[in-house]
Amino acid sequence: MSGQGPLRTLAGFASAAILLFAVAPAVLSDFRLGLLAKFLCFAIVAVGIGLAWGRGGMLTLGQGVFFGIGAYIMAMHMQLADAARLRQDVPEFMQIAGIAELPSYWRPFASAPVALLAILVLPGLLAALLGFGVFKRRVKGAYFAILSQALTAALAILLTGQQTMGGFTGLSDFRAFFGFRLDDPVNRRMLFFLAAGALLLVVAVARQLMRSRYGELLVAVRDQEERVRFLGYDPANIKIVAYVVAAFFAGIAGALFTPIVGIISPADIGVVPSIVFLIGVAIGGRSTLLGPVLGAIGVAWAQTTFSEHFPSAWTYLQGVLFIVVVGFIPAGLAGLWPLLRGAVDRFRRPARPESAPERAASSVEAASSEATGPRTETTVETR
Amino acid sequence: MEVAVGQLFTGLSLGSILLLAALGLSLTFGQMGVINMAHGEFIMAGCYTTFVVQQVVHATGVALIVSLFAGFLVGGLLGAALEMGLIRWMYDRPLDTLLVTFGVGLILQQLARNIFGAPAKNVVVPEWLSGGLTLAGTVVPKTRLFILVLAVVAVAVLAVALKTTPLGRRIRAVVQNRDLAETSGISSRTTDIGTFFIGSGLAAVAGVALTLIGSTSPTIGQSYLVDAFLVVVIGGLGQIRGTVLAAFALGLLNSFIEYSTTASVAKVIVFVLIVVFLQVRPQGLFTVRTRSLA
Repeated sequence: MSGQGPLRTLAGFASAAILLFAVAPAVLSDFRLGLLAKFLCFAIVAVGIGLAWGRGGMLTLGQGVFFGIGAYIMAMHMQLADAARLRQDVPEFMQIAGIAELPSYWRPFASAPVALLAILVLPGLLAALLGFGVFKRRVKGAYFAILSQALTAALAILLTGQQTMGGFTGLSDFRAFFGFRLDDPVNRRMLFFLAAGALLLVVAVARQLMRSRYGELLVAVRDQEERVRFLGYDPANIKIVAYVVAAFFAGIAGALFTPIVGIISPADIGVVPSIVFLIGVAIGGRSTLLGPVLGAIGVAWAQTTFSEHFPSAWTYLQGVLFIVVVGFIPAGLAGLWPLLRGAVDRFRRPARPESAPERAASSVEAASSEATGPRTETTVETR
Repeated sequence: MEVAVGQLFTGLSLGSILLLAALGLSLTFGQMGVINMAHGEFIMAGCYTTFVVQQVVHATGVALIVSLFAGFLVGGLLGAALEMGLIRWMYDRPLDTLLVTFGVGLILQQLARNIFGAPAKNVVVPEWLSGGLTLAGTVVPKTRLFILVLAVVAVAVLAVALKTTPLGRRIRAVVQNRDLAETSGISSRTTDIGTFFIGSGLAAVAGVALTLIGSTSPTIGQSYLVDAFLVVVIGGLGQIRGTVLAAFALGLLNSFIEYSTTASVAKVIVFVLIVVFLQVRPQGLFTVRTRSLA
């Protein structure tokens, strides 16, 4: 991954763009394309998780929160837009529930710019707040994982309790997306392109971050937080940035998920779906750039095809995947590639083993030196 | 006054449930730094054990007592199997253990769904536990009093066991300093298995108690797991007194906030309070000073 020149990267992006924008729409039916669009949303979340967990070592069990904020704000905006077009005071589901007046926290999202701004800003803001509260006090590891999980649980419970937010059943039956009718297949195709474009953009941003000096620091914090602190950096700030970026991505993914799937409910954002986000990332290779994307799409695809026919078998398989991949191939499928290449190399020329501590140390040194210097191979193994 | 007493009792009752759910979790977390996501499914195992025992033993009172012991055994064996089969391989990767045990939890849940079916199962409450007692002007259900007593007994037995039994002494030694304990001839392997047995057994005992106040479904463990985790975070590492204090504090806080708002808003407020609390004491109420957890 690290030896890629800019030309190869450009070629990679171009082929991904061709695949997503030309090949996929040509060969897939409208239904399959819609499914793929949904998988792309998961992939966007996965890129953020790869950054925070794979690179930063922050196991976030609660990306559902940020995904949910994006998704629900989009849902509220679409409900209000539909109501406005039909000249109704409140969305249809509220009328059925007997709520005559629009709750005050719904009002701002009637405006499209406000809704969009909130989708882009709120998840990151919440992540920054939690990050400050947690990382600045050097709470980490399992404690952070638990807190991120508790936050998702709290949001899911809050949403199920609110009649005005659709409660258990969530929000659905959207007619239009910023004025474009959702029952029109052409518009649904546009939604797919939107998701594909967002994914490419997110991957590009993550790539720049990972290859920058900041990216090196993030890995250094993951491997040797104390040493980074002694070198004069504040590990908390480094972690907060990665967590905020991951939340930002998840928020965007959520906002796209709602119009694409047509329903958002607490079941989509709760504790279990938040942890299940991680499985694709782990399978693909948590600390690589493309591993999480491909892993997320692959797992989502497997789930759809599998659970249609054998719903209970899929749950077992999911459990087994968690155990086998996380427990025994922590580097994911992407980690098998260097192993294979290493085997080939060893076959070609005499072995020159590089010990793990040396590698960890060199990545910290590279991060601390002022010169950008030659990039060091990042260790794939995480703690 | 009556309202305050009522809320006080609700809080204590919730606290005792949290305590039972979190006691074993905090024990294993304190000793091995491992967060066991399958702990909720061990609670569930206790619930279904009660259900099965009641199919065999028809005298409900006897069935409850038998279930407490059978549950402890079932949960303990499941926990020991998990430790020996999976967790021992990844002590240096506590975060990964969290996800691996989540996978185990998924499998156990689905197993329960396939064996017992998705619909909730009910256990008949023994006659001597039905109805309520009038305390200070409020009626409190006997089942909840029983759970409170059970929690107190569990803590007392655990405390005495840790203080006096050979295994307890070994557990304390390993918690305080694993390397030194090994140097002194303590097998940390057997101690870890023993700790997991006790911790998981306690989870199942919590499950047995839960059947008295609600029905059992395959996802019952999930609903208590997050709260149990929070108790462990607040209580600090593997300290019984921390867990006890944290469980009752959370229970009381929840019941009093819930009284003035709603259950769902209370959850959010409690979460915010926990994050604020961590600003003051990042490592929880009590910690073992001699061993730092990276």
